[in-house]
Formats: sequence, C-alpha cells, structure tokens
Amino acid sequence: MMFQRFLAVLKARNMEFMRDKSALSWNLIFPILVVMGFAFAFNTDNGDLFKVAIKADGDIPAAIQPFTDLKHIEFVNIDDIAAGIKKVERHQFDMLIEASSQQYWINEASSKGYMLERLISSHAANLNKQMVSGEAIRYVDWLIPGILGMNVMFSALFGIGYVIVRYRKNGVLKRLKATPLSAFEFLSAQVLSRLWLILLFTAMVYIGTDIFVDFRMLGSYFTLLLILILGTLSLISLSLIVAARLSSEETANGLLNLLSWPMMLLSGVWFSLEGSHPLIQHLASLLPLTHLIDAARAVMIDGAQLADIGMNLIVMVIMTIVFMAIGVYNFRWE
Amino acid sequence: MNPIISVNNLHKAYKQVKAVNGVSFEIPKGICFGLLGPNGAGKTTTVEMLEGIIDPTSGDIRYLGKPIDQQFRNAAGIMFQNTALQDYITVREALTLFANFYPQTRPLDELIEQCALGEFLDRDNRHLSGGQKQRLLLAIALINDPDIIFLDEPTTGLDPQSRRNFWELLRKIKAEDKTLLLTTHYMEEAHELCDEIAIMDNGRIIARGTPKELLRKHFQNTVITLPKSNLNSNQVALEQLQAKSVEGHFEILSDNVEATINILMEQQVPLTHLQIREPTLEDLFLELTGHDLRP
Repeated sequence: MMFQRFLAVLKARNMEFMRDKSALSWNLIFPILVVMGFAFAFNTDNGDLFKVAIKADGDIPAAIQPFTDLKHIEFVNIDDIAAGIKKVERHQFDMLIEASSQQYWINEASSKGYMLERLISSHAANLNKQMVSGEAIRYVDWLIPGILGMNVMFSALFGIGYVIVRYRKNGVLKRLKATPLSAFEFLSAQVLSRLWLILLFTAMVYIGTDIFVDFRMLGSYFTLLLILILGTLSLISLSLIVAARLSSEETANGLLNLLSWPMMLLSGVWFSLEGSHPLIQHLASLLPLTHLIDAARAVMIDGAQLADIGMNLIVMVIMTIVFMAIGVYNFRWE
Repeated sequence: MNPIISVNNLHKAYKQVKAVNGVSFEIPKGICFGLLGPNGAGKTTTVEMLEGIIDPTSGDIRYLGKPIDQQFRNAAGIMFQNTALQDYITVREALTLFANFYPQTRPLDELIEQCALGEFLDRDNRHLSGGQKQRLLLAIALINDPDIIFLDEPTTGLDPQSRRNFWELLRKIKAEDKTLLLTTHYMEEAHELCDEIAIMDNGRIIARGTPKELLRKHFQNTVITLPKSNLNSNQVALEQLQAKSVEGHFEILSDNVEATINILMEQQVPLTHLQIREPTLEDLFLELTGHDLRP
C-alpha cells in the first residue's frame, strides 16, 4: 500500500514535468546552447597570457627571479609536482618550474611552451629543461563537466524547492495531507522523480553536446553515473531544506538564488579556483556542486578511478544524509 | 445512537485572535449537519480541526468515540474551500492518483457517472469551469467511499444553476446513508440540505438544532416587508410597528398580520410592493447576532 501511494505520486510528478514544455526545453536546450556557444567562442587560441606554475617551497631563488619578474605571465604556486606535470601535458600550464631542483617542464607540442623556453634561456639560463608531451585540453572539454553540473544544480534546487513551495501555496499539499499519504512517501516520490528526470536529461545533454563538440571522456561511465547520482541527491536534499516550510514562492526563489549563485561562481563551473585565496577554496569545498564537478572533471579529463575521487563521493554522501535529515525533520504540509 | 463525530470544548487561538472559542457539538450518523455563519466566524477553522488538518489549541474531537487516527483518514472524505491539484493532470489521472492513496475505493466509473465528469475526463484539471472543478473535487472526496464527508463552502462562487445541480448531487449522496458536514454562509443552502445546524459567530456556536426547531423557537411571527420609500416619512408607523431597516427595505415582525396591515392603512402607508413571508435562517441570524449574515 505504501509503495502504491509512493508510485502514484511519483507518476503524477513525472507527468507534470514531462508535460511542462517550457521546463522541458529549459532543461534540455539551454545547456546544449551554452556548450555550443563556448565551443565556438573559445575555438581559436587567442590568449596572450602565459600561465607558469612554480613549486618554490618559500622564496623564489635569485637565479629565477629575472624570469618571474617578467610581465604578462601569470605565475601560479603549486605544491604537487606530479599534478603540475600532468597539467603541462594537457596544456593547462604552459610551463612548470621546480625551484629546488632547478628544473622546468614544457610540452613539446605547445607553442606557448616554446615561447617561454626562449624567454627562460635569456632570463634564467641555468635551469634544466624537461620535456613532456600530451594533447591540449580545450576549454570546452574542461567546461562540459561544469555545465552538466550546473544544469543538475538548477534542476535539483528549483525542481524540488520551488515546486514543493508552490504546492504548499496553492493547497496541493493540504489536499494530500487529508489522505493517508505520509510525508515520507510524498517526499521520497518527489526526490526519486527528480533524480530520475535529472539522470535522463543529463544523459540527453551529454549525448547532444558530444555530437556537436566531441569532448573528452577518459574514465568509466559507471563512476561518472555514481558521481551524478550522489551529486544530484546532495543538491536535491539541500533544496528540501528550503522547501520544508516556506509558502511564498518569492522567498523560495530568493533563497534558491542565494544558494545557486555562489555555487555557479565558486564550484568551478566556468573557471578553476586554482591559485585563488584559500578562504575561497575552503568555502567552495562546503558546496555540494564543487564535489560533483571536481569528481566528474577528474573522471572525464584525467580518467580518474573510483578511489581517486573517493573523498568527493564520501563528502556528497554525508551532505545528502545531513541535508535530507534537516529537510525531512522540518517538513510541514502547511 | 452513538454520534459519528463528537466535539467537546474546542479552542483554536492564533497570536492575536481566538478563531474558535469553546465549540461543542455532536453529529449523529447519516445526517447533513450544517455549520453556518458569516466569513470569519470560525467555521473553516473548526472543520479543519475536525478533519485533522490543523491541531486544536485545546479540546477533544472523537470519531466513533475514538481520537482521530489512521482509520479516520481512510473513512473521511474531504472537500476543502480552496484546493489546487497538480498541474497538467487530467480529471481521469487525478481520480486515479487519489484512488491509489486508499486501501478501498469506489469504482471510478460509478463516481464519474454520479458526479457527471464523463464529458471532460481527459481535460487538464486547470481548464475546468467552477462547477466542473467542484464536481471533480467532490468525486475525489468520495473516492474512498467515506462514511463522513466534510464539505467546506462547496458552492461558493458557483452560478445559481451549478449550485442547484450541486445540491441535487449532495442529496443523492446523503441518500446513500452518508454523514455530511457542510459549512456555508448561504442560508438557503442550509435550508435545502441540512437536517441539523449550528450557527457560529465570533468563534462560538450561538444556536443549535434543526432549522424548523430554531425558527419555531425564535419566531412566532411572520415577516412583512415594505420598500423604504413607503415608510420613510411616517415616524409613527415606524415606531409603533418596530420596523427594522434591512438592505433597502423595512421589515416588520408581526404575530397578527391583519392587525399590522390595519395599522399601516390607518397611517396611510402605501402598500405597493408589500410582501408577507415566513422567517428564514437569515432572519434568525439577524435576530441572534444583531448583524447581517453577509460580510
């Protein structure tokens, strides 16, 4: 009986979503258009700024100083030399310098690396050269996990939070309360309906954008699916907190924007937070979308295994449990 | 016979307002019980406490002698004053959705026929007329074949024809030995449908009984109405007959119609448009509260 009630609400919610043409097109067409727009805009490599990573462990040695004093080069401090080398392989850094060993790495296929090598030979000639090779990662390859994650976030937050608040405002929840349907049955149907719709639509957007821009996917689809499920659940759970008691759509809208905008900016949808203030990075790590995108990006771009992104998965599981407990505990029909 | 619902000293207070202030009554099985009163009298708050939708501040509500529980949920049919259903759901889908919530339901075909939903079964519920929507909401309230049905102002906003059709529908449901609890501010509706009524004002019940009993108890009189223009300038007649001004005319309560008309004729009051009628529940309300029923 309980399962029958759950299934009935799940089916009704799915029908409601599928018949809402504007919501459908927003969920499907918008992300594809964004990806296509960015693929077009960043097709030509016209950046005039070099990006050089330095592992210095303290002050920059005097031998390298003339090079680091040069203008129009962005210097990024890193701690992990192996990760830095990987990024040189992918053209995400144009050069990597390790101060202690007096070595630098450039990518043999990178035109920017070639130019930087000319500069380094005239400003810090005592450094030893190391060559790496690897294909460049286009911005669009880097962007795809971000766009997919952003779409999941909007769909989860507004698709649950806004809809439940609207139900409460116009009396749908009150009518359901007058039946034997329990809050648990109702909420779990909402969560599962949204989860399944997000998985379906993300798969469609994934396939749609891949046809147009043929992006990079090195990891396992199973791992990516697991990340997507946990990321979606953590975001849905977050919106359950917003939806627990509010009955004003305007307030709900404001609160959902207050949650979604920091994630849009800080969770690495559009640009990497590498090199940003540590406080910002700590703040970003508190946002579920950061873990979804970081893990998805690692799997898609680096071919990361399940163990490599284990911490992201654990954080998303904890966030899901905590957010859902708060949301369900505070839920009121009216 | 044990009452199906009994309410004892029910209170509901919000921050500044006592919405319901010590209400007690019992509803015998199989009758139509009317809760009457103007907007803001506390009818909806009372009925929603009975339905288990809002919690009382204090007081006791019993269904078949027991506190409200899951058995009550399965045995009660509820039609709220304002309800929306999920968007994009057709009439048929709404019925199926609600049917799935209950362990036992009436056959949908039977409900569709009874509530005359057949013509718009596949229409989005948001595109129904007022009367069609109320019939759908009634069908949903009946879907679990309830023993008791709560109807909160079910005909508010309907045109006269739809209202009469809806009354007809309710009479048929009553004939199936169901108990109805109806709130309304239409006295005519209460007169047409209710076996027993309780009149509420300012959160209290101010009168209870069958409509006939109440009218007999409070009125031994007949109501004579005259247009205001007929009586306006005649102070002697106004005072002698204790005429009350009501919505554009004067009303005179008379226990001897011939004597009253004689006085009017002696005072040379024109009798054009004079009407003589029996008192209604509306008159009763006015008598009991001193103010008009309509807000």
